[in-house]
Amino acid sequence: MSEALQELAAHIAFKQPEAVLSSHVAFGELTLEVAGGQLESLVEFLRTDSACRFNTLVDITAVDHPDRAERFDVVYHFLSMYQNHRIRLKLAVGEEDMVPSLVEIHPSANWFEREVFDMFGILFSGHPDLRRILTDYGFRGFPLRKDFPTTGYTEVRYDEAQKRVVYEPVKLVQEYRQFDFMSPWEGAEYILPGDEKKA
Amino acid sequence: MMDGSFDDALTGEQKIRNFNINFGPQHPAAHGVLRLVLELDGEIVERCDPHIGLLHRGTEKLMESRTYLQNLPYFDRLDYVAPMNQEHAWCLAIEKLTGTVVPRRASLIRVLYSEIGRILNHLLNVTTQALDVGALTPPLWGFEQREQLMVFYERACGARLHAAYFRPGGVHQDLPPALLDDIEAWAQQFPKVLDDIDGLLTENRIFKQRNADIGIVTEDDILKWGYSGVMVRGSGFAWDLRRSQPYECYDEFDFRIPVGKNGDCYDRYLCRMAEMRESTSIILQAIAKLREPAGKTDVLARGKITPPKRGEMKTSMEALIHHFKLYTEGFHVPAGEVYACVEAPKGEFGVYLVADGTNKPYRAKIRAPGFLHLQSMDYIAKGHQLADVSAIIGTMDVVFGEIDR
Repeated sequence: MSEALQELAAHIAFKQPEAVLSSHVAFGELTLEVAGGQLESLVEFLRTDSACRFNTLVDITAVDHPDRAERFDVVYHFLSMYQNHRIRLKLAVGEEDMVPSLVEIHPSANWFEREVFDMFGILFSGHPDLRRILTDYGFRGFPLRKDFPTTGYTEVRYDEAQKRVVYEPVKLVQEYRQFDFMSPWEGAEYILPGDEKKA
Repeated sequence: MMDGSFDDALTGEQKIRNFNINFGPQHPAAHGVLRLVLELDGEIVERCDPHIGLLHRGTEKLMESRTYLQNLPYFDRLDYVAPMNQEHAWCLAIEKLTGTVVPRRASLIRVLYSEIGRILNHLLNVTTQALDVGALTPPLWGFEQREQLMVFYERACGARLHAAYFRPGGVHQDLPPALLDDIEAWAQQFPKVLDDIDGLLTENRIFKQRNADIGIVTEDDILKWGYSGVMVRGSGFAWDLRRSQPYECYDEFDFRIPVGKNGDCYDRYLCRMAEMRESTSIILQAIAKLREPAGKTDVLARGKITPPKRGEMKTSMEALIHHFKLYTEGFHVPAGEVYACVEAPKGEFGVYLVADGTNKPYRAKIRAPGFLHLQSMDYIAKGHQLADVSAIIGTMDVVFGEIDR
């Protein structure tokens, strides 16, 4: 299994040397790191090459690493139903970078790219209709970024007086509970009300 | 209504504009909270813009601040028609990263309950799709069977829907022999019920008129729109992850993959009916294998990611500490990234998991088959009549729990 994937990786790297930055096989899955400018030509090659035939786009998503210079990894998964293998492409992009849209090659990329834009704020150049998709109409912010709080910034309720739904800044009775399990000595980062040490 | 002034060169008849309507989000045939903005030319759909996200709960964001085990129940709430199939993908992803080998009995139970889930899903889909095109009786008959299957869910894990039964490393509890007997008895009478539903629908003139030649999917469409599951098989492509990329112990089961010929709604209906029969046969095979001596093993790979046995906990201090640590801190998963997928009843359901070595996933992306199917709504529905839209939504098998996440 992994030998075949190594061979496939070597084949792709040989045919598209400037597109593939590195490749590795882990857990029986092949991952390629892709150079930004070459994404479209590589995907087109993967789709048409007889040894690859990655015709089906399985998934597009992103991963946020706020501490890195190029903050996001845009991750593509492809499947070949003919050759029965899968591949993962990873593309590192910064906050200001545009990613080429794959809608021309794979129409199914449309909603995936809208979702990545909605959740991470990554812009796709050449996308026909880059609207928000999953969040509320008029939503602001990019929820899946690591610096976006899980509780969000606004909350909605039905206002009996105004007879409509109103948006308000989120009010928390208690701080959102996050425990640090990596250190054996530290617990929660906040102090519960009533537990304060006397100064 | 006329717009513009009367001194125009066009007659009133020529000035008819296209009509925009909202389909949903409260429409019964929208199968949940789907809002379609349809542009109609008479009764013909010119453009269809699905607005999704009305059931968005931020599952992926929530998962980043919960432990791996706490995240498991979120998967029940994705496709709530066949909950255990979703849990399966999550467990497979964690097992792949930690290198856990699932004991044989757990593996067989997973197959058994995945197939029950498939029947649960197809029963709901086939019969409510028939409801959408005008038949009331099939859902009543189908739901009676679904109710019995839900009882089997309940007897295995205590909940009818939100099971949390598949756990990383196996399944939560063993099945009592009486439950296996009852599932077997159910599986033996089920083909008769399928025959009844068959008799109601398959040769029904109205059902055929509403489904045959509607929403035709070609091989090219499958690739372009990333279809999976019945949407692929209905067009004559024998693609099934259980066969082509076997997971769990599906490779030792004997089952056929039904395929359609024309790729229309009617063929997909036939595929689902045939798949239910195949699933019933897999259920019977799984029960037989569970009764063999080789199938009577433990149901959890005892180790760091699973709890100790109850009896051990009462006598061993280490087991007690392990139990406490497991259910508070949770287990740590080694850093890495992995994509695990299962052939869920609706298609390929996958999880892309990025672990950073802590007890919580760094990022988990849920790949729902319905998301891609619904995306092609504009392409498929274009040129069809308004009444066909509900037939197409039905055949795409969308559930908003998994699409909106």
